[in-house]
Amino acid sequence: MGLEKKTMRDALLDGIYQKMKEDKKIFFLTADFGAPVLDKIRAEFPKRCINVSIAEQNLINVATGLALEGYTVFAYAIAPFITMRCYEQVRVNLAILSEIRELNVNLIGVGAGFSYDMSGPTHQAFEDLAIMRLLPNVEVFCPAEWNTAAALLDHALASKKPKYFRFDSKPQPGLYEGPVPLKTGFAELKKGQGTCLIATGYPVHVALKAAAQLSSEGNEVGVVDFFGLKTFDPDALAALMGRYRQIISLEETFVGKGGLDSLLLYFANERGIPVKIKVLGVPENYRFEIASRDELHEQRGMGLSQILAAARR
Amino acid sequence: MANQLSPQKLEQLKAKAQWVWNQTLLLHKRAPETRVASSLSDVETFVCLYYGDLLQYDPKNPRWEGRDRFVISKGHGSISMYPILADCGFFPLEELERICTAGSFLGGIPDPIIPGYETINGSLGHGLGVASGMALGQKNKGDDRDVLVLVGDGELSEGSNWEAIMFAAHHGLDNLTLIIDDNGIGMLDLSVNILNWTPIKAKLDTFGWEVFEVDGHDIEQLHPTLAQAKSQRKGKPKVVIAKTIKGRGTSIENHPLSHILMVKADEVDRLVDQDGALQWG
Repeated sequence: MGLEKKTMRDALLDGIYQKMKEDKKIFFLTADFGAPVLDKIRAEFPKRCINVSIAEQNLINVATGLALEGYTVFAYAIAPFITMRCYEQVRVNLAILSEIRELNVNLIGVGAGFSYDMSGPTHQAFEDLAIMRLLPNVEVFCPAEWNTAAALLDHALASKKPKYFRFDSKPQPGLYEGPVPLKTGFAELKKGQGTCLIATGYPVHVALKAAAQLSSEGNEVGVVDFFGLKTFDPDALAALMGRYRQIISLEETFVGKGGLDSLLLYFANERGIPVKIKVLGVPENYRFEIASRDELHEQRGMGLSQILAAARR
Repeated sequence: MANQLSPQKLEQLKAKAQWVWNQTLLLHKRAPETRVASSLSDVETFVCLYYGDLLQYDPKNPRWEGRDRFVISKGHGSISMYPILADCGFFPLEELERICTAGSFLGGIPDPIIPGYETINGSLGHGLGVASGMALGQKNKGDDRDVLVLVGDGELSEGSNWEAIMFAAHHGLDNLTLIIDDNGIGMLDLSVNILNWTPIKAKLDTFGWEVFEVDGHDIEQLHPTLAQAKSQRKGKPKVVIAKTIKGRGTSIENHPLSHILMVKADEVDRLVDQDGALQWG
């Protein structure tokens, strides 16, 4: 646990590396995608660390076969490719088959939202959260920082279901000095009155900046890091949403298309929670501008200035 | 060839193939939505595996750890497995009467709720990759159990198969046996007219597989070929290309549209007589 900057993948892969030493039933598959910690795994466990090459369909199919043989499998690639290139493999062999067979396959997708900011729309992922959340039997986690990613390891081993871990590609500062409330599925990082910013992934950091700015103006808004999008505690979420007059959802996904905003709107409606919900995310188009991540957020209407404007209204 | 069948065993397998052929047509009569043509081209393959002592299985414990894994990728074309699984004791024979009716687990495309089916089937291009993962897992356990997978020739157009073909060869999965039911017909035409991937034997040989070719309806040749392929361990995955006839023995035999054509009830009544005598070949 800590507040320093670190990548989510290194935090999780370090834990996997330690576990692979004692647990011979763990396989790590990569679609020719690397990480510093992965070099250690490859060197030490050459028979259980398999580079399937740039072949995401086979990545999922081989992972399924290994899981059917009782292995815990981690499969690793860039986020849009491990979700969209092989979506039907995930649907058929993981989501559907896990109704009948136990399949512990953990998909690690790196490159949430705009995190490959200089790479353009092929490498950016605005659809993955919604389409993975759509699949029955698949758990979805979208952490904002590395302590959460590290905490996912024990859950990955214990929950014998397919899972999707949506990771940022860049090091982000830690947000937790104590335990991450994995079972709750979200954490209220800052309590507020009136307005709460509920964000998933990197936008949590932007939300904290916005909250600090608003606090200096005497407006105390809440900030929630929502990372467990399928496994959250519904009563805890209802209680949280009930304490606010307005909620602003923030996410690096297409807005209104099944991501965090859809989750919150549907949930509030189902529970009859009388809260106003504004949604901020990526407008429904593909753009090719090269810019920093925060500049891209501003261009797409979900930057710091737009968050502040929404919270001030 | 080694593993030659005794005359008695050969006759027994031929009689079983005839029974399965009959039962498959009767299933189709009950459930015309079943893909009968594709399910008739692999009858002898299933019969050799299940009745010819080629496959280790326990019908009372379908997930027995010591079983050979048999993945059926061409799900629609395996309705002929239903009578075999019932006859072998995976479920009661009476279930065959209930195919595609409410409450039955026997659907038009088989699902893994059917005892004896390993994986989900029917969406094409998945089985070989999944089987490769199973074979790798078996190797890693040190068990080295056989993993067999049945793929249709039309299904080879799915690129995922070629990802798996390269993967299995690269990792030397010699406990993996691919059986291609090469009936030469896709959904709308002859396979070569849709996308000509021939010569398949040369392609798979070049891709590092041990290739066997055989008449998929000639049990006398098919059984020893399957036996040899399955038992061979030379550091390469094996493939048996079984040349077959889609819709064999019916009016839709080898018709370019046989995949989607039905065999009408009155034809089934003519073909399948009361004592189950062989009506074709």
